Amino acid sequence: MHADILLSIVMLLALVLYSLLGGADYGAGFLDLTCSGPRKERQRAVIASAIQPVWETNHVWLILVVVLMFSGFPAAFSAIGARLPGLLLLILLGIVLRGSSFVFRAYFAGDAQTQVYWGRVFSISSSLTPFFLGIVIGAISNGSAPVSVSSRGSWFRVAWLEFFPLSVGLLSLCLFAYLAATYLAVEAPDRELQDDFRRRALISGGVSVLAATLTYLLAGFYAPGIREGLASSSLSLAAELGAVFSAFFAFRSLILRRYRRARVAAAAQVALIVIGWAGAQFPYLFRPGVTLFNSAAPANVLWDLLLACGAGGLVLFPSLYLLLRVFKERRGTGSGSESNLQEDFLQVSGAEERRT
Amino acid sequence: MDNLLTARSLMGLTLAFHIIFAAVGVSLPLMMTVAEWRWRGTKDPAYLLLAKRWAKGTAILFAVGAVSGTVLSFELGLLWPRFMEHAGAVIGMPFSLEGFAFFTEAIFLGIYLYGWDRVPATLHLASGAIVAISGALSAVFVTFANAWMNTPTGFDLLQGKFVNIHPFAAMLSPAAVPQVVHMVLAAYTAAGFATAGIHGWLLLRRGRNRFDEVAIAIALTIGGVAVLAQSVSGDALAQMDATRQPMKLASLEGQFHTEKGAPLRIGGLPYPNERKTKYALEIPYGLSLLAFHRADSVVAGLDQEPQSDWPNVRMVHISFQIMVGCGGLLSLFALISAWLAWRSRPLGIHKTFLKALVLVSPLGFLALEAGWMVTELGRQPWVIYKIMRTSEAVTSTANVNVTFFALTGVYFVLGITVIWLLSRHVIGSPRQQELEVS
Repeated sequence: MHADILLSIVMLLALVLYSLLGGADYGAGFLDLTCSGPRKERQRAVIASAIQPVWETNHVWLILVVVLMFSGFPAAFSAIGARLPGLLLLILLGIVLRGSSFVFRAYFAGDAQTQVYWGRVFSISSSLTPFFLGIVIGAISNGSAPVSVSSRGSWFRVAWLEFFPLSVGLLSLCLFAYLAATYLAVEAPDRELQDDFRRRALISGGVSVLAATLTYLLAGFYAPGIREGLASSSLSLAAELGAVFSAFFAFRSLILRRYRRARVAAAAQVALIVIGWAGAQFPYLFRPGVTLFNSAAPANVLWDLLLACGAGGLVLFPSLYLLLRVFKERRGTGSGSESNLQEDFLQVSGAEERRT
Repeated sequence: MDNLLTARSLMGLTLAFHIIFAAVGVSLPLMMTVAEWRWRGTKDPAYLLLAKRWAKGTAILFAVGAVSGTVLSFELGLLWPRFMEHAGAVIGMPFSLEGFAFFTEAIFLGIYLYGWDRVPATLHLASGAIVAISGALSAVFVTFANAWMNTPTGFDLLQGKFVNIHPFAAMLSPAAVPQVVHMVLAAYTAAGFATAGIHGWLLLRRGRNRFDEVAIAIALTIGGVAVLAQSVSGDALAQMDATRQPMKLASLEGQFHTEKGAPLRIGGLPYPNERKTKYALEIPYGLSLLAFHRADSVVAGLDQEPQSDWPNVRMVHISFQIMVGCGGLLSLFALISAWLAWRSRPLGIHKTFLKALVLVSPLGFLALEAGWMVTELGRQPWVIYKIMRTSEAVTSTANVNVTFFALTGVYFVLGITVIWLLSRHVIGSPRQQELEVS
């Protein structure tokens, strides 16, 4: 196996995990917008406690994709930086606002109205960021952006504001909302809340099937390269078939209220869609000009990076297993540290009184 | 503004912002773990409360640091695509390893913050220690990348292309170890003194209480030990600069002429056009002694290079004086505190001491920012020292200023919110009044 292909598989794995974990966090932020009815506040609480311990860890998958790209495929990274500056800026604003507004909301100590306002910033930026991330995937796949570091791109002459990238953006948002709703149905503490998220999972799942169909059709007009890949690469065909089966199984499990199965099936569905895209995009990193092969760093550098990833993985995966086991296996009892803080204050002041 | 100035301003702004969060992310977890460890040993509830309070601060700052770090990784491509295209393969290794360190930090911080009731005591304490270690490792790896830009190694240059790249050799360039030690110690110093200062101020406000006193004990010990070690580390770094980056040393010392037995200048203002540093207190042979540990050694001056290749000598010199001045004051303060603590415990009874502590507490961060300016501005006009100019690395994309203004605005709002939030959490809570001794 060649080092460039191996490293791209590692990046694909990181991208899949980012979609399944980080994507669901964005989706949950989007669902925060849809919270309504008598259980509105309880729905929000389920969402917040599901994201809180894990979102920073999940976000690191994106950073890993970015650093592996600029280390292993530096020419592709600089081409994306030079050609899609406006889009990347929008993603950055989304990432910054999502993360900071989430902690600001969680640790806010002022009036309730401002806290609501931070919550709004959180949910809107959670919805826009996956949309823009999807547009990046669309823009590097559709092959219309002329790729060269030296050619002058422009913030305003937007190469990505086209039907195909926009539909990929829409598809990403729908899929992430669907994932989040499916996960939250497992984590919700009672039947009513489970049903709330089940309904959202079915709706967003249905919309994402439509968005996927639309994307596929638009690819025929605007992104012939990726369309051809989707129809001819055997990896893509197998993945697409698997995704359809998983989707069917996930919907069936959701209807039957078998949430744990639905969670596995929905995750498999989204993972297979990402893998199917990667199969169709192979060997391109940024169509039309930049491939894995012509942008890769020298082979010895790639092998060193793979070595680093292997060593890092030995630390990462057991730790990740521990994290998910601690927070996602048992059903939420709320975060302990917050409720205890009050008692501790009293304890300390009590101790002080005894001392004096 | 042209692209170069805009890109440099934006990168500088982002880093100046990020470095504060990164430094706190390195040192606050250490303090929080020490506090929990003391609590488990003594069962004194003040330590437990302290661990939880500091954990809360870590949570806020880590989240904002995580997103501002993401901005930096994107900015490498947005602002410096040519630098990344050529150097990405050489310096990618520390960034990739940093990714894994960051993973570990995020995972165990999650367990630490939300796992008080969910994991066994030993695992909880160990999680805190892992956060502290991986936070320090993140700083180590990122500083490795910066060190390579100062002393690039691990490749051959063939017709402007990097060939025979050895990522691990590049990561361990000559500047790597001295610079990493200096950076990590700076993080402990800055956050240690700042935290001690905040609790000193609280102690003055709400009178003697155990909570703030143990907080000062932990924070000041960490900050004090770090700042005293910093003088040794700074000396090693200066010697490295003297051989590897003589022009940086010359500009930070305001040394215009190559000189045998060069004096050490304290203060003063360089006049590049007159090639003179005026108004400085000169210590004869001082610089030669510091740079090469020999009074008669020759120190290269800026005259070795054409003036167009000089850094902004005035800015570099002033930043350096600020850094050294702050470091000196803090070292003095650390020694006085150690003496006071040895002579008469507890420190909380000395009002003057507490006032002085509050006064010096921001100096660590001031020194951190100034020292970072020294290393970045001192390397100019090169992005990779003597290999690639910053002007060759910058993007040619139009409208970089849109990015600049958008991100500047966001950072402005973020900065204000974080300060306000921290002040509410550490100071403003009404329950805090109960800590006051009646």
